[in-house]
Order: sequence, then structure tokens, then C-alpha cells
Amino acid sequence: MSKTIEERDHVVVRFAGDSGDGMQLTGDRFTNATAILGNDLATLPDFPAEIRAPAGTVHGVSAFQIQFASTDITTPGDHADVLIAMNPAALKADLDKVARGGTIIVNEDSFMQRNLDKAGYDSDPTTDGSLDAYQVYRVPMTSITVRAVESLGVGKKEAERAKNMFALGLVSWMYGRPVDVTLHWLEQKFGGKPEIYEANLAAFNAGYNFGETTELFAHQVHVDAAPAAPGTYRNVAGAQALAWGLIAAARRSGLPLFYASYPITPASELLHELSKHKNFGLLTIQAEDEIAAANIALGAAFTGQLAVTGTSGPGIDLKSETIGLAVITELPMIVVDVMRAGPSTGMPTKNEQADLLPAMFGRHGESPIPIVSAASPADCFEVAMEAARVAVRYRTPVFLLSDSFLQSSSEPWLLPDVDDLPSFEPNFASANGEFLPYARDDRLARPWAIPGTPGLEHRIGGLEREDVTGDISYDPENHERMTELRRRKVEGIADELPELGVDDPTGDAEVLVLGWGSTAGTIRAAAGRIRASGTAVATAHLRWLNPLPVNTGDVVTRYRKVLIPELNSGHLALLIRGRYLVDARSFSKVQGLPIWADDLEDAIRRLIDE
Amino acid sequence: MSETNGESSGSRVATLTKKDFTSDQEPRWCPGCGDYAILAAVQGFMPELGVEPHNTVFVSGIGCSGRFTYYMDTYGFHGIHGRAPALATGVAVANPELNVWVVTGDGDALSIGGNHLIHALRRNVNIKILMFNNQIYGLTKGQYSPTSEEGKVTKSTPFGSVDHPFNPVAVALGAEGTFVARTVDNDRKHLTDTLRQAAEHPGAAFIEIYQNCNVFNDGAFDLLRDKAQGVHNQIRLADGEPIVFDEGTRCVRVGENGRLEIAPVEASDPASIVTHDAHGRPSLAFALAHLSHGPTEPTCIGVFHEEERPTYGEAVRAQLDRAVERLGLGDLGALLHGGDTWTVG
Repeated sequence: MSKTIEERDHVVVRFAGDSGDGMQLTGDRFTNATAILGNDLATLPDFPAEIRAPAGTVHGVSAFQIQFASTDITTPGDHADVLIAMNPAALKADLDKVARGGTIIVNEDSFMQRNLDKAGYDSDPTTDGSLDAYQVYRVPMTSITVRAVESLGVGKKEAERAKNMFALGLVSWMYGRPVDVTLHWLEQKFGGKPEIYEANLAAFNAGYNFGETTELFAHQVHVDAAPAAPGTYRNVAGAQALAWGLIAAARRSGLPLFYASYPITPASELLHELSKHKNFGLLTIQAEDEIAAANIALGAAFTGQLAVTGTSGPGIDLKSETIGLAVITELPMIVVDVMRAGPSTGMPTKNEQADLLPAMFGRHGESPIPIVSAASPADCFEVAMEAARVAVRYRTPVFLLSDSFLQSSSEPWLLPDVDDLPSFEPNFASANGEFLPYARDDRLARPWAIPGTPGLEHRIGGLEREDVTGDISYDPENHERMTELRRRKVEGIADELPELGVDDPTGDAEVLVLGWGSTAGTIRAAAGRIRASGTAVATAHLRWLNPLPVNTGDVVTRYRKVLIPELNSGHLALLIRGRYLVDARSFSKVQGLPIWADDLEDAIRRLIDE
Repeated sequence: MSETNGESSGSRVATLTKKDFTSDQEPRWCPGCGDYAILAAVQGFMPELGVEPHNTVFVSGIGCSGRFTYYMDTYGFHGIHGRAPALATGVAVANPELNVWVVTGDGDALSIGGNHLIHALRRNVNIKILMFNNQIYGLTKGQYSPTSEEGKVTKSTPFGSVDHPFNPVAVALGAEGTFVARTVDNDRKHLTDTLRQAAEHPGAAFIEIYQNCNVFNDGAFDLLRDKAQGVHNQIRLADGEPIVFDEGTRCVRVGENGRLEIAPVEASDPASIVTHDAHGRPSLAFALAHLSHGPTEPTCIGVFHEEERPTYGEAVRAQLDRAVERLGLGDLGALLHGGDTWTVG
């Protein structure tokens, strides 16, 4: 039978199931097929903290959300147009993430009494009328999958496990995703295990054909490719982009990359990604603890490596003393902080931007440090290169703030030409008359004199140094001068940074929305909607949080009102208010969830109307 | 690679003198501190190694021992409390050609930095760790340390310490150390001999140095340091030699159930007297470490244990080479363009 095709400019799909149901894989494959079709997209994996929470419970639900569109989009979407719920717990956990009137496709086979009980349902929500506001499709995914593969001779368990491929097939049909991409992937993934390959292939085809042949679904949805700049693209997650940016920085500076870290959620992904690429000559060390990781990196920095340590949440607390040592020894080191919800262990898999003030002030004494942040998954690449360049040029530790959303979220990335990537020189010191370890160049950077260089033997350490000579000094005036020099060195970085750009298309906006980090996408989305309705609003994004671009004060004082949306209780707002004496308002959210564009749009409109 | 100093020898120069390793900073320990003797021994020994100062790095932590780096005219990194083995790991792995030494104390290495010490030893990082054990916190003016004896009265324990102390040699052996030794600050010859053997060992070396703090814990090691008493109480370990001490009158022999004990030679079956074997399995070394409860009884000094194992730096580098063999030398363009890509015209 022929089906009608509905045109849409954007769609949000959410796959949800038990941790063991393979939802991340399903989402990942759907994303790839979508990317190749040329839609713009943004994804958000959302998995439980426990490795395997009890099967069938709400705690064990793992979900993957993707927004894809024919226009430029910047977030994974506030609410899903379609939820695929593999069991009652997934429905229970994620129903509030579905748009009113949205579509819910459930695996009917799993809606048995035992699973309803585990999810905490008194009655079956798919039949008791509680989902009347949604369009609900009950598809017996497990039993169709088992029937589809029964002739292949695989066990019942393996057959049932393939039901995620049925779901993928069905949703692929619904949105007209290319089939060959997935088939090719199945072949690569399971080629060595013919039975498993056949089973997954049969399940995928069964899902696709189910959509095409049954009368359950009246139409397919078509989303045009998004206009994009010419070039070669790939889909990239933040952890990959960050790792590759560090590798690129090493290549473009000639410095060996040296990464020391301790396993921690979610920063471990960076350790995993870098460890795959030892053929680039990069060292990864899994240290005995966070403190050791920071010290091993700092020892490597002293010895002339592009030294990086990475962590999340509690790990930053543990590294603080060592970061202070890097400040006073003025050695280049990158500290990657993949932020997560705190305090303490907090919510390890959930997102937050609450490490900005700790990065800024979280060490004893006067301990200034440059801070750079990434705006999107692909932006992590450029930010990593920039952090490395500043660290090496200014002989300073640099904080690179990513977060758990950026880390696992993905988006299409226009691949750069490797030969066009910026390069920079380590400029190691060499013997040339009397060696003065704390003499400074015009950027106030001291010499990087690495062990093994004849004639430059010197001692550094955590004790205050005498200006120029680097000898230990308790002289009061010297300490004040050194404190001032360290501060001025970091502030001076702003001279080489681009000015803060403002997006104010009509030039007559009265409200400025100022953001940093991963909220960039939401801010663009909310501002876009407001502008589309004919109201002016200005936006600006800070990549560097310390130092701030030189024109930041001009920008924030130029507008009648400034709104600063952050996934914290107002860190940047505090800094901006304190520094520029402006009445910047904070839009704060600390739920471990993204700021929804809807909510931000409302807040901006209220401020405009004030 | 040199024949005597494993991967860390760097370049060798015959004409080095003590002066080449002595910085222009005036040492500032208390008059009479055992650290002076150790510094003099190390500065005097370094030229013998033949590694130039610029290929030598001293890394230290916090405590009186931490100042050591400033007095050596080499590269030096005075780190934060307890972390010197981790800093030194970064240095040694980043450049395996360097000759890397760690100077630490009983509080620095065994209390706040215990974790880094044991992991540096198990990984067999090519660093030489000199642990000055004075059984007291000196820099903070006299609190008990993790090696202080039970009952120790200090400012922080006016009623006596209730902590059971570490046996540093046993800790190092338990941490899979590949070279574990003990020596005494005022025995220049024994100290230098021990340094030499540590330097020649390819991998992590741990040397506990009994060091007198004449201000806060004077006389803690008199039984062994004092010439008249030391003659009777130092059990000097020599590889392949029977373990006999006290002018040949007493020995270490195998007692009941295989346990080691001290006994008069004349009352011992010669077959029961233990012959020191530093290169076998560490069980003998562990038993020797536990022969005494501390330096208030006859105590072993010398090299307890030595074994050869690939160093961490070698293993890490070898893995990079294997990765290149397997995957080819990394190509940034290929890395970025790997996986599914699509082209917009």
C-alpha cells in the first residue's frame, strides 16, 4: 500500500529502554544514518548512574534523544515528538519528556503485569486511558523479532536481544532514513558471527517492513537536508573532538602529548579516546589517584611535554593543590574539567556548569589561571588547540571546561584542513649567558628550560620565587610584585584574544543574553524564536572566562538589561556583576538537565517586557 | 644504554667533581642535622656516576628533606607534600635519558605520600628514592611520624602516641619494590656504597636512611649510629655472605617453623645460619626486615632485595612502538576523516 509523506522541518526522537536494551547503540546508528542524509542534528545520551540497575526498574532506564532538522539547530530539543519506549519503566521515566500530543511507540510485549509492577504502574497506561493526550502505538516488537529470526537457529535470548534493531528499523522507515548505512554497519559489526549478524539484519528488516506494510502508521515523515557550508562532514562527540584537538595541538607544536588521568565519570571517555591513539606517540597514564595524575602531568610539563590532566567533579578538588604548584612554577599544563553535578559525588552522570567559580578561585592564595570553555561538541576541538597554545605561550596552567553534555553529545562537524590548523612554537630556552629562570618575555612568560639542556640547571618549586633569579624569597615587596606579575600575565592574554562578538541582527536590541559553555545552543535557539516573532534580542558567547575579552565591559554596559543563563546558581553573573557593576540577571538551573529553550524564551520575553 | 646505570645514565663525563653538583645556595638545616652528612655523601658520589648535572634531576617533597634539591646544582623540582614520586614519574617517563632522584622523609613518603610511594615502586619507575627517616616531623617542629615508636611523647602526643609504626623496608618490599636497602647517615662509606648500588639498579630503588634529628628526636638511632654500640648492633647484609654480626659472635639463623632469629654463633648449627641472598624471592628480605621491631634492637642495614624487571618508562615506550607497528604512524588527517563522512557540494 502507498503511504502519504508529511514534510517537517525538525523532529525530536527519543529511544528509551532498559540499560540492557541497547538504546545508546540504537540512537547512535539512527544518528549516523541521519547525519549522512544531511540533516543538521544534535544528540543527548541520557543513561543511569548504575552500571546495571535492576532490570525493568525506572532507575535502569537508558535513553538517547536526537533532534534533526532541515534548518540549523543547536540543541537536542526540549521535548520529544516521538518516544520509543521498550518497557513500562521507560515510559514512566520519560513520559514527561514527550511533547503534548506527541507519538509514543511501546513494545507491547513488555507491558505485562510483572513489568508494570516493577515500573510502579497500578494499571496498564497504554490501555487505561492515561495516555489519551498522546498518539500511542502498541507494537509487539519482541514477538515479531523472535518470529523473524526463528528460522536462523539462534537462541531465544539472542533473538529477543535483537529487538532494538526492530525498533531501529521501524523508526528508520518512519523518517525515511537510508537503510544501506545501517546494513553496512551490521555487516562490519557482526560479520564474524554470521548467526548474530543474520538475526540483527532480520530484526532490522522486520521493523522497517512493519512500518511499510502495516496500516498502523498512516504516513512517513520527511525532513529535508539542512543547508550547510560545502565540505566534508562527520558526526563527532565532544570527547572525541577534545581528544583530537589535543592530538592536533601536539602535532602543530611538535610537542609530545602526555595525558595523565584517573578513572572518573564522565572524564574517563577522554582517557579512553586518547589511549586508542598511541600510534601518534602520545602517552596516556592511568595514575594511582587524581593527585598523582596532576603531578605526573606537571613533572612531564617540566620535562617539555604537552602535559594534560583531565577529570570531573571531585577530581578537581583533589588536583587543586597541584594546580597551585603549576601556577607558581609557571609551567604549561592543561587541566580538563568535564563538569558534572555536585557537590561531592553529586549526580555523576548529570550535567552542571558549577565549576566556573572553583576554576577561578578554588585554590588557596592568589592563584590566577586562564579558563576556556567549549560551546558545542565539535567546538571542543578548537578549544583544546587554543588551550594548548595559551598554556605553552604563557607558561601557565589552563583550565579547559567541558561538561558531561558536551562530552557525550554529538553534532555534524565540518572537518578542518589539517594543514590549515594553527601552529605554535614551544620556544624552549637554551644556554645564552647567565640563565635567569624567572626573567620574562613581553608576554610576561618565563623561560621553559627543560632537563637535559646543558647550562640551564635550575631549581623550581612551590616556595615563592625572587623575581628574575627564581631564588627562594620571603621578601615582602617581592611577594607582592610576583603576585602582581602572575595576575598581569593572565590578564594580558586578553590582548591576543578576539573581542567578544555580539549577535544583534537588527542593532536595536535592549536585552543582551550572555552565555558560556554548553548553554550556547539553547541560547541561540531561544533567541532565534524571539527574533522570528519580530522582537529584537542580542546574544553573546564567552569562550574565555578568564581573562574576559577586553571589550566585555563595553558590551554588558551597552544594553539596558543583561541575562546570563547558566547551569549553576549564577557563577558568571557574579563575576560580571562584580567586575563591571552592571545589574546582570541570572537565569539559573541546577537539575542536571539542559536549560529548555522554551523556558529561556519565556524568561527573555519577560525581561524584554520589564 | 650504559652497562652500569640502566636507562637513566645520560651522557658520561670523566672530569666531574663534587663542585659541579654543589649549588650556590647555603644549606639551611639545623646545625648538627644528619641531612648535612647525606648531602655531602650524595654530592661526593654524583661525579662517580659520570652523569652530567644537566641530565640529573632531583625531585623532593615537603619537610626538612625537601630543601635538598636547592643544594644540588642539577635540575630540581621541589614539589608539594608527599607527591615527589608522582612528579618524578612524570619526569622519568617523559625523558628516560634523565637520571632522576627523589628525596623524601618519613612523613612525606609514608604518611601524606604513601600512595605515590607504593605505586612508583610497583610500577618500577626508574627513580632512586632516598627516604630520610628521622622518626619525627622536624619542619613542623616536632610531631610524631608514621615511623615513630609506640608511646612516643611529642607536642601532638603529650600522653604518648598510640599509632603502630610502619617498617619502611617491609612497606617497600610489600609494594613490589625491585631494589630495597637501608643505610645510616653518618656511615659515609656504607651510604655511598648503597647509593652506588641503587644508581646501578635499572628501575625504582628505595633507600631508607636512618637520619638523626638532633633537635626533635636526638639519639633515636644511637644503637646503630654510635660507633661503640653500632659494632654490636648493626647487622650488615652482604650478598652471598653468612649473616653474622657483633664481631662475629652473633648470627641470624633459621629458627622454629622457618622463622628467622638472632642467636649466638657458638650455640648455632652452622647449617642454620642464613646466607644473605638479595636476588632471590623477597621472602628472605621480608623476614630480615622484621628481625627487629625498630632501631632499638639489632637491625639489618644494606641491600635487602634486588630484582630485575622492565622499568615503567621502557614498558610505556615499547607500547608506543608496538602501536605504531600495528596501526602505522598516526596521521591526523586520516584520524579526523575516519568513520562515516559525507560531503556537501
